Amino acid sequence: MSDRTRRVRAIRALVTAHLRASYREPGGLFWTYGFPIIMSLVLGLAFRARAPEPARIAVAEGPRAAWVVEKLSGGRDVVATATPLARAENDLRVGKVDALLLPEADGSVTYRFDETRAEARLARALADRELQRAAGATPAVRSKDELVTEIGARYIDFLLPGLLGLSLMSTGFWGIGFSLADMRGKKLLKRIVATPMRRSDFLASFLIVRVVLLGIELPPLLVFARLLFSISVRGSPVAFLVVVLLGSLLFATMGLALASRAENPQIVSGLINVLSFPMYLCSGVFFSAARFPERVQPVLRLLPLSALNEALRAVMIDGAGLHDIARQLAVMGVWLGLSFALAVRLFKWR
Amino acid sequence: MVHTSSDSPAVLTTGLVKVFGENLAVAGLDLRVERGECFGLLGPNGAGKTTTVEILEGLLEATGGVVQLFGKTWERDAHWLRERVGVSLQTTHLQEKLTVRETIELFHAFFLEGRTVAETMDLVRLTEKADARYETLSGGQKQRVAVACALVGKPDLLFLDEPTTGLDPQSRRALWDVVTTFKAGGGSVLLTTHYMDEAEKLCDRVAVIDHGKVIACGTPNELIDSLGAKEVVEVRLEPRADASGASPRPSEAEANAEAEANADGRDALRATLRATQGVVSLREGAGVFTLTVTQIHAALPGLLAAFEAHGERIASLGTHRATLEDVFIELTGRQLRE
Repeated sequence: MSDRTRRVRAIRALVTAHLRASYREPGGLFWTYGFPIIMSLVLGLAFRARAPEPARIAVAEGPRAAWVVEKLSGGRDVVATATPLARAENDLRVGKVDALLLPEADGSVTYRFDETRAEARLARALADRELQRAAGATPAVRSKDELVTEIGARYIDFLLPGLLGLSLMSTGFWGIGFSLADMRGKKLLKRIVATPMRRSDFLASFLIVRVVLLGIELPPLLVFARLLFSISVRGSPVAFLVVVLLGSLLFATMGLALASRAENPQIVSGLINVLSFPMYLCSGVFFSAARFPERVQPVLRLLPLSALNEALRAVMIDGAGLHDIARQLAVMGVWLGLSFALAVRLFKWR
Repeated sequence: MVHTSSDSPAVLTTGLVKVFGENLAVAGLDLRVERGECFGLLGPNGAGKTTTVEILEGLLEATGGVVQLFGKTWERDAHWLRERVGVSLQTTHLQEKLTVRETIELFHAFFLEGRTVAETMDLVRLTEKADARYETLSGGQKQRVAVACALVGKPDLLFLDEPTTGLDPQSRRALWDVVTTFKAGGGSVLLTTHYMDEAEKLCDRVAVIDHGKVIACGTPNELIDSLGAKEVVEVRLEPRADASGASPRPSEAEANAEAEANADGRDALRATLRATQGVVSLREGAGVFTLTVTQIHAALPGLLAAFEAHGERIASLGTHRATLEDVFIELTGRQLRE
């Protein structure tokens, strides 16, 4: 048997063993298939298309209440109800209505609302606009509305690539880091090293498993994104694959480096959390990193997850190609190289 | 460089030293294990057995000294050696979710040559359990899977580090059978244990080590002979009314028992016992007098007379052939499993 066939045989056996172990773990199965799907469903509910909520106004009962209610109910922006004053005040306090309107005897109206609540201020403005319009006021400046429903500009379009990046990071960190530390703790690492197997083949098998699992995890997520949110990859599919693959390998290698010394999974959990948490917040997963002060942004953009998320958004939403994301790919490449060097240098086989 | 003079021993160490920080774990160890031999390393916990074995397995680097397996060293011929050495560590938890067959298949894939998986399962009597997951196996079966992983590469030398610790008698015997079969096929074995019966049953030669040094080495019989006595007499005395501390309490630590014994006014008895003809040595612990004697039938009348002369009444008396356990206690003053 040539050395090459024999190494292929060893790697194939390792990959098979890792895969068997991972799909026989009910928890692992959930995180692989269930989680992306449930995440998509929840998001689907949260971000489904629906009419904007009207503002809720209580009109204190009195001689002119009926007239005010009638005028307010002309458009679909305001829902107005005539209510006895005492109950209306209570409704306002508990937030059942956004503002309380008091028709005065002299024909004027008074709005009572909590200035610090955005909904309350909006309700007051909408109610007042309806009332003025009904009373015959003409706007001094002509205006028209242009509603944004275009795919690519909604929050979900921003969020989905971020979640994909996040999940690539988590699966890499946990899938590699956690299981390696677990194997070290159980002395399984030491046992395997006591065979003729090559150590580099062993580490390579983990990265191969990561790529195989990626091929299983990714399609359901993409299908859901398409069916529920009509989000598909606008840019080149090749660029998308390159970004996803590089991101997956990057975080798998970082997982390798994280687990290179850890004696047990608890230590790795701690390290993973310390490393992930800043990126959860600063790498533009849930909100754009552009909200941070101008001065720290160049630093934030150097974080591995920032680079991955930027690249994913560029390819999926903005339709970018490989040359547009060269900077992000370079940042990821540097992190990959650093993590690999660190892992090779620090890795403890015992 | 692959030339093996066929006469180089399976294992040869000279002046082996391992230091962990301030702690001298192995303090100049010389061992020689011949080919086809089953060699036992005996010693209490912390004696340096596992450290020694892991150095021999090429998993730990020695601080000093020479290690050769089949005339080769780990520094120069690691790959050649890995193909020929089977290892079963003291504790390994194999992958819980894999079956017995899948686990052995995995290890099989690492070796250039080897037994078939079916043959290996048969060797460790696990064919029936081939499709059972590792997590569902008993302790003895798990240990046999570990040994199977060591055997699947068809090694010339097998390392077993405390293979039967914590196993029930039946599982222990099943593992002994595996070792005996392996040896019958011409393989060399180095095993560590703190069970004397295991060493006597399996090992051609044993080395007793303590504090990182060999304190005795030879065949089990040679070591027992070195006691100068073949038989052991154990006498439990009835508690005396006037010596409250002398009541036998087997569960107590030996040190306490010793202290009590010295305070119980039996010094005269001890002197008489030691002087009795045929008595080689005397030990006391937990209210029991243990005497090693050359011949029971010659020593017994004198011993009984001695107890009677000192007004002691014997609660029970037992005898057995001297074992390695007795050798170990004689050499170190300690029980093996302390």
